[in-house]
Amino acid sequence: MYYVANIMRSEGDPKIVRSGPRQVPPADRLARSLGWFSIGLGALELLAPRRITRTLGMQGDETLVRAFGLREIFSGIMSLSVDRNAGLWSRVAGDGLDAAALMSAMRRDNPKKHNVALALLMVGGIALLDYRGAQETAQRPQNGRRRLYPDRSGFPKGLAAAKAAAQRVLSHAKAGAS
Amino acid sequence: MKALVWHGKEDIRCDEVTDPRIEDPRDAIIRVTSCAICGSDLHLFHNFIPGMLPGDIMGHETMGEVVETGDGMNGKLKKGDRIVVPFTIICGQCEQCKRGNFSVCETTNRKRHLAEKVFGHTTAGLFGYTHLTGGYPGGQAEYLRVPFADTTHIKVPDGLSDEQLLFLSDIFPTGWQAAAQCDIEPTDTVAIWGCGPVGQMAIRSAILLGANQVIAIDCVPERLSMAEAGGATIIDFKTESVMERLQELTDGRGPEKCIDATGTESHVMPSQPDTILDRAKQMLMLESDRPHVLREMIYLCRPGGVISIPGVYSGFSDKIPMGALMNKGLTVRTGQTHVNRWTDDLLRRIADGEIDPSFVITHTVDLERGPEMYRLFRDKQDSCVKVVLKP
Ligand SMILES: NC(=O)c1ccc[n+]([C@@H]2O[C@H](COP(=O)([O-])OP(=O)(O)OC[C@H]3O[C@@H](n4cnc5c(N)ncnc54)[C@H](O)[C@@H]3O)[C@@H](O)[C@H]2O)c1
Ligand SMILES: [Zn+2]
Ligand SMILES: [Zn+2]
Repeated sequence: MYYVANIMRSEGDPKIVRSGPRQVPPADRLARSLGWFSIGLGALELLAPRRITRTLGMQGDETLVRAFGLREIFSGIMSLSVDRNAGLWSRVAGDGLDAAALMSAMRRDNPKKHNVALALLMVGGIALLDYRGAQETAQRPQNGRRRLYPDRSGFPKGLAAAKAAAQRVLSHAKAGAS
Repeated sequence: MKALVWHGKEDIRCDEVTDPRIEDPRDAIIRVTSCAICGSDLHLFHNFIPGMLPGDIMGHETMGEVVETGDGMNGKLKKGDRIVVPFTIICGQCEQCKRGNFSVCETTNRKRHLAEKVFGHTTAGLFGYTHLTGGYPGGQAEYLRVPFADTTHIKVPDGLSDEQLLFLSDIFPTGWQAAAQCDIEPTDTVAIWGCGPVGQMAIRSAILLGANQVIAIDCVPERLSMAEAGGATIIDFKTESVMERLQELTDGRGPEKCIDATGTESHVMPSQPDTILDRAKQMLMLESDRPHVLREMIYLCRPGGVISIPGVYSGFSDKIPMGALMNKGLTVRTGQTHVNRWTDDLLRRIADGEIDPSFVITHTVDLERGPEMYRLFRDKQDSCVKVVLKP
């Protein structure tokens, strides 16, 4: 890629001699893992919904599982993008939907009830991770102290003087025009 | 030399690269004394604007000292001169340059065939800003080759600091042009979406151009406080309804002049559902921009008013309310900034102490720390508004 890119450049343009380190903050790594997990799970739900419904004793709900798969893939791609925060929040919301669907399968007459319980436990764990990721990738982490800038007008002679000068110029222009 | 190099999405590194050299008689090389990170650089950092290649050097807000020139300077620039480099490269001779339409100079884009395909016509060459605009290496580096240097420069006096002068390269004239394009009248309310560096400059410019009332909209408290210091009435769109507050502040008429200092990357949030739809479409490559601010401005602007757009858009935008735009008789004005059209006047205003653009700087660090500063600025951490880098 660098080779191709260099062909696009003029001969004199600076070229890389030695590359500096790449920085990836830990919060972004978590978001990446969750994003890929989301895409993997989504693909499974989309392509093999029957395996999932059979394991959970939810036969007949294949369409729902497929729809959830689409949702997972969407959230996953979003979590891998620069808008990872929105992606992770959509995962948190999705965990809620998953939990609700699983709860409805926790019927006494479901022979796979123990599997459902296990799945619920997993969703709970993942939801915690999603929530942590969403918190950590939020713009301006809440723990940071905030500096306000009420004294930075940018007008060395003060705001009032700047306004007055502008009014003078405008009235001059008017007088000049009439 | 050291330079901040684009390697891919969210991957900018401080690399060792070969030094630039004179390639044309109109070239000059400057030793960079200060440079800055711009909101436009964030669009590139996010790879939202196509046309970056791995190995491209970032940066288009740069100043320094001339250390070498070609022999085509015609006495306009010499070794030792202190200059601010405008981000638009200009030839000074084409018809557009002669009209002062510098950002659409017809000669300086060395990859004009790309621009002609994508935009229909070529626009000016820009520093550190994709191969659509020439793929010129940028100025977040120790040295910069300035093409067409005999015209592409702003000579600055020694008595003023780098910090006071640096923003003549971009954001000060950008904010100024955004306000000037509004043709402000003394009774006007000017509403400005986005209180980043460009929005801050637009606020001060609207004040200096005599607006009756300036209203600034954002959701970042420190930026809002800076906007208020500059004379704006503020609206926090996370906690208040922009529509209700604007109606209230203008007796129901709406602002006469609206400025979009946000651009293509409007915040994605559930309370603005159109941004979520836009984001989804971006993912499916059905849309390139998130024009939430544009929609809001068209809807809220007073009929007969002006929509001024310094914010950068990259490609195709959906659901622009053309019906409202047309029936309300709004005027749209936009463009990359014609930097040198304004800089003589603005330099005089700085020298006269009318304005000091350095107010916007919150972080000054070494060039090597550039990569981490991209994230800090993007995430608005540590109350960051504007970063200046020292090579
Ligand atoms: N035309 C030009 O020549 C030119 C020159 C420089 C910069 N720009 C463009 O100007 C824009 C602003 O630049 P900047 O350096 O100030 O960037 P910035 O990213 O620091 O500022 C953008 C601000 O907009 C705010 N914002 C996001 N969504 C909003 C919404 N819905 N309503 C109101 N505010 C919202 C953000 O909180 C942020 O403070 C960018 O698009 C940049 O590319 C254009
Ligand atoms: Zn810029
Ligand atoms: Zn020209």
